[in-house]
Amino acid sequence: MTELRAERAGEPLGVPRTEAKSRRVRHLDLVIAVAAFAVLATLPFLFSSKALLDFVIRCAAYGLFATSLNLLVGYTGMISFGHGMFFGLGAYGFGLIMQRTSVPIPVAFVGTLLITTVVSAAIGAICVRLKEIYFAFVTLAFQMLIHSMILSWASLTGGDQGLRGGIPRPVFFGIDLSNHMHLYIVSCALLVIGLLLMRQIAQSPFGYTLRMIRDNASRASFIGIDVWRAKLTIFVMAALFASTGGIVMSLFVSGAYPEFAFWTISGEGIFINMLGGVTTFLGPMVGTVLLLIMNDTVTRLTEYYGIVLGIVILFFAIGLRKGLMDFVVEWYEQRRGPKKERG
Amino acid sequence: MLEVQRLSKSFGGVKAADDISLSFADGSLTAVIGPNGAGKSTFFNLITGALKPDSGKILLNGIDMAGRSPPDIVRHGIGRAFQVASIFPSLTVHETMLAAVCADQRRASALHRRFPLAETRERAEHAMEVLDLASKRDRVAATLSHGDQKLLDIALALVLDPKVLLLDEPTAGMGTEERWRMIDKIYELWERRNITVVFIEHDMDIVFKTAPSIVVLCYGRILATGTPDAIRGNPAVIEAYLGTEDHDEGAV
Repeated sequence: MTELRAERAGEPLGVPRTEAKSRRVRHLDLVIAVAAFAVLATLPFLFSSKALLDFVIRCAAYGLFATSLNLLVGYTGMISFGHGMFFGLGAYGFGLIMQRTSVPIPVAFVGTLLITTVVSAAIGAICVRLKEIYFAFVTLAFQMLIHSMILSWASLTGGDQGLRGGIPRPVFFGIDLSNHMHLYIVSCALLVIGLLLMRQIAQSPFGYTLRMIRDNASRASFIGIDVWRAKLTIFVMAALFASTGGIVMSLFVSGAYPEFAFWTISGEGIFINMLGGVTTFLGPMVGTVLLLIMNDTVTRLTEYYGIVLGIVILFFAIGLRKGLMDFVVEWYEQRRGPKKERG
Repeated sequence: MLEVQRLSKSFGGVKAADDISLSFADGSLTAVIGPNGAGKSTFFNLITGALKPDSGKILLNGIDMAGRSPPDIVRHGIGRAFQVASIFPSLTVHETMLAAVCADQRRASALHRRFPLAETRERAEHAMEVLDLASKRDRVAATLSHGDQKLLDIALALVLDPKVLLLDEPTAGMGTEERWRMIDKIYELWERRNITVVFIEHDMDIVFKTAPSIVVLCYGRILATGTPDAIRGNPAVIEAYLGTEDHDEGAV
């Protein structure tokens, strides 16, 4: 009570409460996140379908990955074709630490993120100076490099067989990840926390620095922004969230496979972003759900999965010229009146 | 005081800046003129760090800026606006200003707080008012008129509270009336604040009526410096520049 009053008194007179407002928005994000988590957590009690829970876990893994890619593509304008390497790195790093050492899961989790930090900082230091198409292709090249390393270093990674024999999942803090229900809840928690953190990044002053770099990097440097440093920072951050997605995936399949680090994962990430849209924060999440639903239904109906997917992406790219969420948001804004048109 | 000493820069065999030495006193207003390709923009690019000089010094209050990066130079107090308005198309006017102040306060990489920051508000507000952009605060920059985009570009430099403001053709692409409105605005800014303003301008009418001192560049070299009267009477200037331009535009 006193604290609340002190805060009120501390607000300068006559200044509209800019920060108070943004603080309220932040609380709104938190409320939405908690609500979403609550809904996800009650799903198992409403439907006793294991397939549904599996679906949500995969959404968590791919959703973290795709949303982190959007931090690069949508917010900073860095189109990475190799973002999937960090998904693979997360899966392999975590799987290997768990198989080769006897550390508890949280330690392996942090350890994997540390490895990802070092690797992504090294790769980022080389890539982020490059412009558009060169950045895209050099990130792709690193992805191929990591993929072929996984294939050829068979004594460590199991080569094209992947990490077999399962990933040990010892109980920690009373959480048993070999229990499907526990794994489900932990995956949901990681997704929600990951999204909250990424949302905070996107809406922080740094998030606006990224938007400035996307819009006009040269101008950004002439108002005192160290463009290279900002790009490297977001490259590493995005890698960490992608790596977390990979960890969720490796826990889900209890292993890691070379496909997790193949360039098609990066392609799917781009695909998801095109599908869901890059101008809204939740666009990639919507895209993830769409892609996985399509994946599951189409592969059941036909073996020509690729063709169907291709037609769908053509529809979004040429027909709508934007992702689904972009389309919805624009439609909504137009209905409210074309007052605040975004250029 | 901004002092340039023996500044040189070549591209291949072309000398875009050839041994330029100049000084701009604190609070001065200077116009830089010269025919196309005279090295005016190169001169600005060298001072602001967009280009690295081959040799020479750029001293801002005694500190050498030569070879430093653009953000570093901006933080020392040299702001610039561009010939083609350089803005952030998808941000609103207000967001642009708030983000720029954020950068100036070294908070551009703050992660734990939400944009916009309360402490950036006042300066953003002030800059918008000074440049008549307050009524367009919620407009997305890409949707602004050409003139307003030029103003926003200048506002981006000004909101950082620079010691020296370099304006590369602030009136480029404008009609006569709009040109004068822009120049009056800049003049007013210069008068009110104690900043050093250097601007590139093609309109001789504007240059001779506005700028207390003029620098004439030609082929990367300084052809003349001085007051409008001195420049007008300088035979080298008349021959190299005004002589031909005079017939075309009927200016002076």
